[in-house]
Amino acid sequence: MRRLAGMIPFIFLVSITVFALIKLPPGDFVQNYAAALAAAGETVDDAMMASMRQRYGLDQPIWIQYWDWISGVVVGDFGYSFQWQQPVVNLIGERMGLTFVLSASTLLFTWAVALPIGVYSAVRRYSIGDYIFTFIGFVGLAVPGFLMGLVLMYVGVSVFHADVGGLFSPPFVDAPWSWARVVDLAKHLWIPMVILGTGGAASLIRIMRANLLDQLHQPYVDTARAKGLSEFTLLVRYPIRIALNPFVSTIGWVLPNLVSGSVIISIVLNLPTAGPVLLQALLGQDQYLAGAFLLLMCTLTVIGTLVSDILLALLDPRIRFQ
Amino acid sequence: MSATLTHGGLETASQAKLTWLRFRRHKLAMFGLVVMVLLYTIALFAEFIAPFNPDRSNARLVFHPPQAIHFIDDSDGGWALRPYVNAFRLARDPVTLEPRFVPDASRRIYLHWFVRGDGYDMWTFIPGNLHLFGPENPRDMVFLLGADRQGRDVLSRIIHGARASLSIGLVGVTVSLMLGITFGGLSGYYGGRIDWFVQRVIEFIISLPTIPIWLALAAALPKDWPPMAIYFTITVIISLIGWTELARVVRGRFLQLRSDSFVTSAWLDGCSQKRIIFRHMLPSLTSHIIASVTLAIPMMILAETSLSFLGLGLQPPAISWGALLKEAQNVQSIASAPWLLLPGAAVAITVLALNFLGDGLRDAADPHAH
Repeated sequence: MRRLAGMIPFIFLVSITVFALIKLPPGDFVQNYAAALAAAGETVDDAMMASMRQRYGLDQPIWIQYWDWISGVVVGDFGYSFQWQQPVVNLIGERMGLTFVLSASTLLFTWAVALPIGVYSAVRRYSIGDYIFTFIGFVGLAVPGFLMGLVLMYVGVSVFHADVGGLFSPPFVDAPWSWARVVDLAKHLWIPMVILGTGGAASLIRIMRANLLDQLHQPYVDTARAKGLSEFTLLVRYPIRIALNPFVSTIGWVLPNLVSGSVIISIVLNLPTAGPVLLQALLGQDQYLAGAFLLLMCTLTVIGTLVSDILLALLDPRIRFQ
Repeated sequence: MSATLTHGGLETASQAKLTWLRFRRHKLAMFGLVVMVLLYTIALFAEFIAPFNPDRSNARLVFHPPQAIHFIDDSDGGWALRPYVNAFRLARDPVTLEPRFVPDASRRIYLHWFVRGDGYDMWTFIPGNLHLFGPENPRDMVFLLGADRQGRDVLSRIIHGARASLSIGLVGVTVSLMLGITFGGLSGYYGGRIDWFVQRVIEFIISLPTIPIWLALAAALPKDWPPMAIYFTITVIISLIGWTELARVVRGRFLQLRSDSFVTSAWLDGCSQKRIIFRHMLPSLTSHIIASVTLAIPMMILAETSLSFLGLGLQPPAISWGALLKEAQNVQSIASAPWLLLPGAAVAITVLALNFLGDGLRDAADPHAH
C-alpha cells in the first residue's frame, strides 16, 4: 500500500520530465507546420501562425500548458494530436494495447526460454550444451535487436519470399477485433517476440546459471540428496526456488528494456505499436501525442517494477517479513 | 621459503600484477583484448587502412557486389602468390533487363600492399595518399565488401565509421564515469540524506525506458548543427542515462569500504576527507571501475548505433556504423544488397569482444575469486 502511494508522486515527476522533454526542441508544431507548407509552395503569414498557436494553446507560458495537459490526463483526456487532427486517445488506444501485448508476451517468452536453459546450464556445467547456450547467449547480447530484425527480414524475403513485418495479415489490418484477428496476431507476434526477447533471455540465463551454481553446492542440497530425494525433486523443490528470485526482481529492469527495444523493432518491422508513431510525433513536435506515449510507456515500466516487488514479497518470506 | 621461490615472487607481486596474471588465464578475455586493440588501431589509422576514400562515389558502380580475393594467380601458365580480384562488368538480365553485375574472368585487378591511392589528411592535418593495401592501378575500384547506393566502398566506410562508433563509447563512458564516481561516491561516502536522495534519482532514471527518452532528447537537437556538435551532444545524451549503473557500483563499494579497518585507521590518523577518498578508497575501487567501464562501453556503442539508425544520431555525411546501417533500413535495399548489413557485424564483433574483455577483467579484479 505504501509503495502504491509512493507511485503517485513518482508518476507526477515522470510527467514533468516527459513534458519538459517534448518542449525541449526549439520551435513548436506551428513553426514546423508552416515550414512544411512553405516547402509545398504555400505562404503562411504571421497572423495565421499566431491564430493557430492561440487555437492550440501554444501561446501560453509552459507551466500553463503543462497544467492544461496534466489536468486533462488525470481524467483520461490526453489532448489533441495536431498531426492527425484527432484526439490523442483515439490514436494511442490500440497501439499502446499492442505494445503492452508485445512486451508482456516477450516477457513470458523470455522466462520460458531462460528458466530451463539456465537450469540446464547450471546443472550440466561445462557440458557441450552449456557452452553452446553460453555462446548463443553472448551473441544474443551483442547483436542489437534492430539488426536481428533486419537479418530476419532479409532471410524472410530471400528464402521464404514473405514480408515478415507487421502484426496482421493484410485482410486483418483494419478489421475490428474478432477471434480470427487474435489468431492472426498470434501468428505474427512471434517474430518480434523472439527478436525482442533474445537479449533479455541471454542475460537472464547468465543470472539464473550463476545463482543456481551458488545454491547447488550448499550443504542443504547435500543433505537432501543424502536423504534419498530424487535429483529432479530435489532440484525443483529447493535450489531453483531460491534462484528464481532474480527472475522476478528483474521484471523491474527487463520491462523498461522491452518497452525501449520494442520502439526500435516496431519501426524496423513496421509494427502497428507505439514506436513508429512516437518517432513521427517527436520529429513533428506533435507534443500531446508524443507526451501521451512517453508518459504511458514510463507508467508501464513503473507499474512493472511495482508488480515485481509485490511478486517478490509473495515468493520470498525473507523479504515479506523484513 | 622454497614455496616463495617456486611461485616466482607471487607473494611480493603488486595488485596490478596479480590482476594481470589472473586476467591472462581467461582465454576469451585475452581474445577480446586482442580484438579490441586491433579495432581501435584500425579506427585510429582509418585513412591509411581503408583502401579508398569513404566518400569516393561512382554512379556506375551502384550496389556493386562484394568481390572475393583470390590468392593464387595462374594467368601466366604457372602459379604465383599474387592476390587479385576478378573485375565485374555491368550486364542486363536477358529476361527482366535489370542491370546486374557479372564477374568478368578475363580481367583481373591485382592487389598490392602499400599502394598510392586516394589522398587524405590523416587526423585532418597529415596529408598523404599511402594505403595499407589497394588495387595496382589507383583508378580501379575494388569492393571487398560491396558498394552502397552511391557506389562507395562499404569496407572503407566501415573502417572510417569505426572512428565515430568506437570513440563515442570511450567519450561517453568518460562522462558517465565522472558522473557515476561523483554521485556514487557522495552517496556511498556520506550516506544518510544525500544517499537517500541520490538513490531516488538513480531509481527514477533506471525506471525510465531509455530509447523513448533518447529519442525525445535527440529529436530536440537542431538539425543544422555541425556534425561535431551533434556528435558530442549525442555522447552526452547517451551518458546521461548510462551513469547510473556505474554510480551504483561505486556506491556499493564505498559503503563496503567505509567500514573497512584501513579506512578507519586512515581516519584515526587524521587524514583529511579528500585524502581518504582519493588516496585510500579510490585505488581499491579502480579494478572494479575498470571492469564496469568496459562493460558500459558496448552499451554506449549500441545506443549510438540505434539512434543513428533511426536517423536521430549522427547525420550523413558523418560516418558511423549506425549511420551506415540506416542505408539498410528497408526490405528492398536489404534484398538487393545484403552486404549493407555488414556494419552490423562490426557492431556485434565489437560488443562481443568488449563483453568478453569486461567479464575477464571483472573476474580478475576480484581478489576473492578462485
